This record gives sequence, C-alpha cells and structure tokens, in this order.
Amino acid sequence: MKKQLIESVMKYIFMLAATVSILAVALICAFLFINGVPAMHEIGFFNFLLGRVWAPSDTPQVFGIFPMILGSIYITAGAIIVGVPIGVLTAIFMAKFCPPILYRYLKPATQLLAGIPSIVYGFFGLIVIVPMVRETFGITFGGNGQSIFTASILLGIMILPTIIGVSEAAIRAVPESYYEAAVAMGASHERSVFFVVTPAAGSGIMTSIILGVGRAIGETMAVILVAGNQARMPTGLFRGVRTLTANIVMEMGYAAELHREALIATGVVLFVFILIINVLFNLMKKRGQQL
Amino acid sequence: MNLKPISAKAPPLTIKAINTTSYKDRLLGYIKHPLSGLLFLIVTVAALVTFAVLLFIIGYILIRGVPHLNLSLFEFQYNTTNVSMMPAIINTLIMVVLALLISGPLGIFSAIYLVEYAGSANRLVKIVRMTAETLSGIPSIVYGLFGMLFFVVTIGWGYSMLAGALTLSIMILPLVMRTTEEALISVPISYREGSYALGAGKLRTVFRIVLPGAIPGILAGIILATGRVMGETAALLFTAGSVAQVPDSVLGSGRTLAVHMYVLANEGLHVNQASATGVVLLVLVLLINWLSAAVAKKIVK
Repeated sequence: MKKQLIESVMKYIFMLAATVSILAVALICAFLFINGVPAMHEIGFFNFLLGRVWAPSDTPQVFGIFPMILGSIYITAGAIIVGVPIGVLTAIFMAKFCPPILYRYLKPATQLLAGIPSIVYGFFGLIVIVPMVRETFGITFGGNGQSIFTASILLGIMILPTIIGVSEAAIRAVPESYYEAAVAMGASHERSVFFVVTPAAGSGIMTSIILGVGRAIGETMAVILVAGNQARMPTGLFRGVRTLTANIVMEMGYAAELHREALIATGVVLFVFILIINVLFNLMKKRGQQL
Repeated sequence: MNLKPISAKAPPLTIKAINTTSYKDRLLGYIKHPLSGLLFLIVTVAALVTFAVLLFIIGYILIRGVPHLNLSLFEFQYNTTNVSMMPAIINTLIMVVLALLISGPLGIFSAIYLVEYAGSANRLVKIVRMTAETLSGIPSIVYGLFGMLFFVVTIGWGYSMLAGALTLSIMILPLVMRTTEEALISVPISYREGSYALGAGKLRTVFRIVLPGAIPGILAGIILATGRVMGETAALLFTAGSVAQVPDSVLGSGRTLAVHMYVLANEGLHVNQASATGVVLLVLVLLINWLSAAVAKKIVK
C-alpha cells in the first residue's frame, strides 16, 4: 500500500513539474499584458504604435514607438540579408562539400559561434566594426559608425550558427536517392546539390531563417552597443537607430509611471512579434513534415 | 522481431569505389562546366568567411584583452580605481548555482513525466511541448521585463540575486527539459522491460535504471544551460541589478560577469578593463561549451 502511495505521489510531482512551463508562459503573458495594455489604451493604441515621436521628457509626454518598430524591422532585415546567404551556403558546404577530416573541427566551431555571449559580440562590434564603418563610410555618408549598417553586419554574424545548424540538418535530411538520381542523370556534384538537394530542403531552410529572424529581433545587448539608439525615425543606412529591445533597456532604469508602462508596452509589442514568428515557425515545421 | 543470424551481418566494406575523380579531373571539369566551378567557389568562400569571422572575433577579443589582465582586476573588493571583476565572478557562480538548483530538478522531473509517464497522445504533453517551444523563443529582454514585474515588484524582492536566478531558471528550463528528454528517450526500452521483469516498480525503474543511463545527456544539457546563464545580460539588468559587490544574502543585488562587462563597455570609461573582462567571460563560456560537447560525446560511446 505504502509503495503504491509513493508511486502515485511521485507521478503527480512529475506532472506538477511538467506544468511549470505552462504556468510560466501564462504568467509571462498575464504580467506583460496587464502592465502594458492599459498604457497602450491611455496613450491611444494607434498613437502608440504609429506615433512617429518618442519624447518621454517633453510636457506633455509623447509616446510613439513607430521609429523603434521600424528600427527593429530594418536591422532584422539587414541581418537576414547579411546572414542568410553566408549561412545557407556554409550549411551546404558543411553538408555536401566538407571533407570529413575538416568537418570534425568545423562542426564544433559553428557551435562555438553560438556559444559566444551576446555582450561579447556587442563589445567586438563596438571596438571593431563601429570604427571600421566610421572610417570607411563616414566621409561619404556621414554618421559616427553606430548605424543600421553596423548592427546588420553584427546581427548577421550572430544569426549564422542558427541558420547553419538548422539548414545543415535540413539538407542532410533530404533522401540520398535525390542526389544519386541527379548524378545518374549526368549532373555534376555542384548542380545536383544546388538544383536538386537544396530546393528539396526548402522548408527546413525557411525554418532556419524564421528562427534567425526571431533571434535578430529579440537581440538586445549587442544591438544597444552598435546601433546608436537615437529615438527618431530612421534617416539612413549609415545613421543611428533604436530598436524595441534597446528602447526598454535604455530607459527602464529611470522611467516612472506612464513612461515605465509605455516601456512595458514596448515589451508587449516585441512579445507579440515573437509570438507571430513562433506561429510561422510551427506552420513551417508542419509543412516540412507533410512533404 | 529483428533477429537475424549472425552470419548475415555485412562484412566490412573493402571494395574501393571505382567512380572517384581526382582533384585534377575535377578542376578540369570546372573549366568545362563553369557554373559548377562558380557554385563550388561560392560555397567555399562562404564557409571561409564564416570561419574567418569566428577566428577573428575570438582572436581579437583575446589579443585585445589579455594584455590588460592584471592582478588588481581580481581583488576581492571592487572600487572605481581597480574596477575589479572578482565580485562579478563570484556573483556569476552564485547565479549559476541558484538557477541550476531551481531549473535542474524542475526540468528533469518534467522530462521524466513527458517521456516515462505520459503517452505521446496525451493532451497535456502537447501543451507542455508547445509552451516549452514558446519559452525557448522568447528574447531575454522579455524575460527581464517579466522578472522585474513579477519577482522584483509584485513579490517585492527588489533587485536581488534570487529574482535574477528565478528569471534565468525559467529561461533555461526548456533547454534542460529538451536535453533531458532526448537523453531519456535514448535509453533502450529493453532496460525498462528488464527492470519490470525483475519486479521493480515504475519509480525504482526510473531512478535506478533509466536516469543513470541518461546521465551524460542530462549533464551535457545542464552544462550548456550553465553557459547560457554565464553569458546572460538583458534578463539580469532589471532583476538582479548591477551592484558591483557580492551581496550579503540572495535578496541582495549583484552584477554577474556579463552585466559587469556591459556596464563597463557602456560607460566607455574603462574599455581596457571591459576587454579584459571579455577575455575571462569568453574563456569561461567556451570552456563550458567544450565540456558540454565532451560529455555529450560520451553518449555516443
């Protein structure tokens, strides 16, 4: 009897532990929305989302996060333009071109890239990429090096491991018979890989890109050090910009009342973006399973 | 059943492939088929760029930072002249231990439930998997906001190590859960059947038979989670705060190494000390990741 009791008690303890992640998601949603949505309501939903001015120290205070939404979108798009071609091509190299001896060292190397903390990336961007951009483009385009361009390059590097890892797995998952058939038809190794195997891994590669978008849009510490963080509408590729994430970190330390709630509402907008990306990710994964 | 006579095992392949091409043939082929040559060139260049960037980042951080490492950076008391990172290192260790103490058992227990107790058709399992996936996609700054709203303000702990650790344990929970799940699944069913056949109960089987077999996988996941805690900044700024001392209790505020580095880099006054901190942080995190990979390799053996 006693043994059975312990068995069933432990079962419920395990079950309770499993429900913690459900509880966590529910709490995160509840706390963000409860604290952020009233501020959105007070400022006016459209004034908040589409307002072009963010001036918490003015009287009256103005809270429009459109510049930050654009900033996040521009930098994410830039990161995709930089990171996806290099990442996908590297994934193809790793899956189909890499000699096994090299692979033993390169595979851990890509994981190393994922292990570097974002603050270290940010510091690297600050002391290497920012001066480089300032010296190369500063004379012709102006700007002090902290810009959309700089942040795009840095984030492009940061999403590489995600893209390489997921894309490589997708390419490897394509049945070997596809490749063999293409080669048997007389196509060269390169043509078979690029025109037969890679297209077949399309949905997996899309998944990797969506994951990369999620990482880029949520990145905070690296962006804050290299993007300039000016809270105004983006004015050019080589000018500073502020992202949603940077907006929160920059001002949360001293914000109070409506300002503070507006920052939490910024977090809500970011959270909704991430949830949308999550849904896209799941749709893509389902499509990949059907094929 | 999958019982084959032993003799049916395929002999090791000794036949040499006859359709291989030499490098010279391949190069000549590229002249005939320029598109293939071009494709080969761009993949190689892309891979070179990736690994050159990796080497450059690590090399640069090390070369820039190592000359600035000196003993005054490791004094036990932080002040504005020595900008010591020792309190930050100690805080990082405390943070790692606290976060793992909370999320370790939680993650392992959840994984045990998912793998050993619930069937895959179970409704709860589906929801847990979905929420865990959602959790792993949430950016760290959103965790930071939540931690601030919940632990710091609502529960009222103020900026404290405990608030930071709890925030981080939610953040690493999906990681611990997933790696443990994979480790448990990789333990052969026959182990469990053997254990039941000898009369052991479910609980005994899980703790005495399945868990010991899954330990390398679980450990690899936990070490990976350690690396994430060490490198985390955004989730800690508004939960654990940025006081540069070792707090008296878990309810005191303290900055970890990554937060320390952010504060130094952001102020712009102590760039050299920031780069030295970067070296310590990078070496620690890379060491941890390497350890995780080394432990994970044990599973394959």
